[in-house]
Amino acid sequence: MEVRVLTPTGMLGAGFPPETVTRGLELGADVIAVDGGSTDSGPHYLGSGTAKTAAAAVAQDLRLLLRAAANARIPLIVGSCGTSGTDSGVDWVAGIAREILAAEGLDLRIAVIYSEQQAAGLDIERIRPLPPSGPLDPATLESCTHIVGMMGHEPIVAALEGGADVVLAGRATDTAIAAALPLMKGLPPGPVWHAAKIVECGGQCTTNPRAGGVLATIDQDGFTIEPLDPGNSCTPYTVAAHMLYETVNPHSMREPAGTIVVSDATYTALDDRRVRVEGSRFEPAAQHTIKLEGARITGYETMSFTAIRDPHILGQIDTWAALLRKMIGEWVARTLGLGDGDYDFDLRLYGYDAILDDIEPDRSPPKEVGVMLLVHAADQQTATAVAKVVNPLMLHLPTPDMNYLPSLAFPTSPAETERGPAYEFVLNHAVDVDSPTALFRIHRLEATDA
Amino acid sequence: MPETRTIADLALEVRSKNAGPFWVTMEVFLRDRAGYDRIAFLDAPVVARLYGVDPATIQIFRIPALNVVKISFPRPVSQGSLRDRDIHAGQHHVPLAQLPVSA
Repeated sequence: MEVRVLTPTGMLGAGFPPETVTRGLELGADVIAVDGGSTDSGPHYLGSGTAKTAAAAVAQDLRLLLRAAANARIPLIVGSCGTSGTDSGVDWVAGIAREILAAEGLDLRIAVIYSEQQAAGLDIERIRPLPPSGPLDPATLESCTHIVGMMGHEPIVAALEGGADVVLAGRATDTAIAAALPLMKGLPPGPVWHAAKIVECGGQCTTNPRAGGVLATIDQDGFTIEPLDPGNSCTPYTVAAHMLYETVNPHSMREPAGTIVVSDATYTALDDRRVRVEGSRFEPAAQHTIKLEGARITGYETMSFTAIRDPHILGQIDTWAALLRKMIGEWVARTLGLGDGDYDFDLRLYGYDAILDDIEPDRSPPKEVGVMLLVHAADQQTATAVAKVVNPLMLHLPTPDMNYLPSLAFPTSPAETERGPAYEFVLNHAVDVDSPTALFRIHRLEATDA
Repeated sequence: MPETRTIADLALEVRSKNAGPFWVTMEVFLRDRAGYDRIAFLDAPVVARLYGVDPATIQIFRIPALNVVKISFPRPVSQGSLRDRDIHAGQHHVPLAQLPVSA
């Protein structure tokens, strides 16, 4: 038996050439699996329960994939809907999908799987930290604006067995969406999970990651991976190297049900564009665990940005920035009566050392510098008041040896941009569960549902 | 053949990225076994000095089959916090890439 998993792109909404999906169907795809989220773009999306992707971009991809699923009569599985996999993210993608089904006259049954958790519903005694975090304080759990549990394949399998054609999952491991159907069909977990990891970023495991996604053909002994674009290639090097991507450990990866171990895997070129992988193992865990993600508001931010082109100031940019930092503290204390604990700020010199800061290896004199001031306070009004008080300094601050006031180059008016709430990820923990589906709620959407 | 001065000169690619919100991971893809052997000096104390992190938290994986050295350590700055200047940690490979190698 073989199961063929088609992954058109690493992220729903990132786009892909339509003909690559057609090609995947011609090759006999049994399921389409695509990731819809990631924590990679920061805590804002989970904290606010909003998506990083544009609705039109998600709709453009979904339209092609729903048509493909309907034509080939194969399931479509989307994981981590709406970037963070909150209930609002699942509902957002489901709304887009339903509009497309109605507009295209497609008759597909949608199941949604919610993964959002309430702090009060989680047993803190069963929550354990993952490195490098420490034990969880109940107050931290309660401070989160959103908490999601990361599902494995089991809730997705349950939705498929319930008759769903389209599964729109909340937060799921990147691999679970591709692993679900092959595991449901009874293929062994070693090849299935390794294949699922290799396909999770679409074309990332090929020689041309921009040429669309991949197809994995999984069997009892291993799997074969090939790009959907006939002009693109997988090589033993590109496939093996993909285990490195965004992983802490390249040899093993934890899933809710156990650990993928690829240290003994072999990668063999079948021809110049297909690779055969064998020898991957899956070690079941004694205790099933669900990883939790949570984000909370730390305060509010206001940003101001100015820029310097004058070589005189740039020649002593460190001195200028140190003076600015000192004067920000003095002016804010004098005008607003605020001390160090009442607000915080980060001053960044783009074009000089903003990105690497303390570890910048090269501090050559810059040609121009963008000066970003990011102010953080308990409320938006305070953050903006600080930025406004500092504004004359960002416009006119000279170096100590100048006997006149320069005017620096603000790129926008107004100078200040209110960034709204600032979030941080606070959960890096896993909860022991008795059932792999217990934390997840599966709903089949009926045509009459609003 | 240009003079080899840094790790970047020996590599096809040096890259960095988040591995989840709490870790950063970097890979050096060396051009060949000779290059792989030349950066054998890259150990936890060297990386700790380069990135200002605790050497005890650094994990280094050497993969001779790919001529790759992979380095992972906890993110020194919380992702998306006030002092995070690289949300994806995608530009933090540069100190590693520019590290001098002895002739």
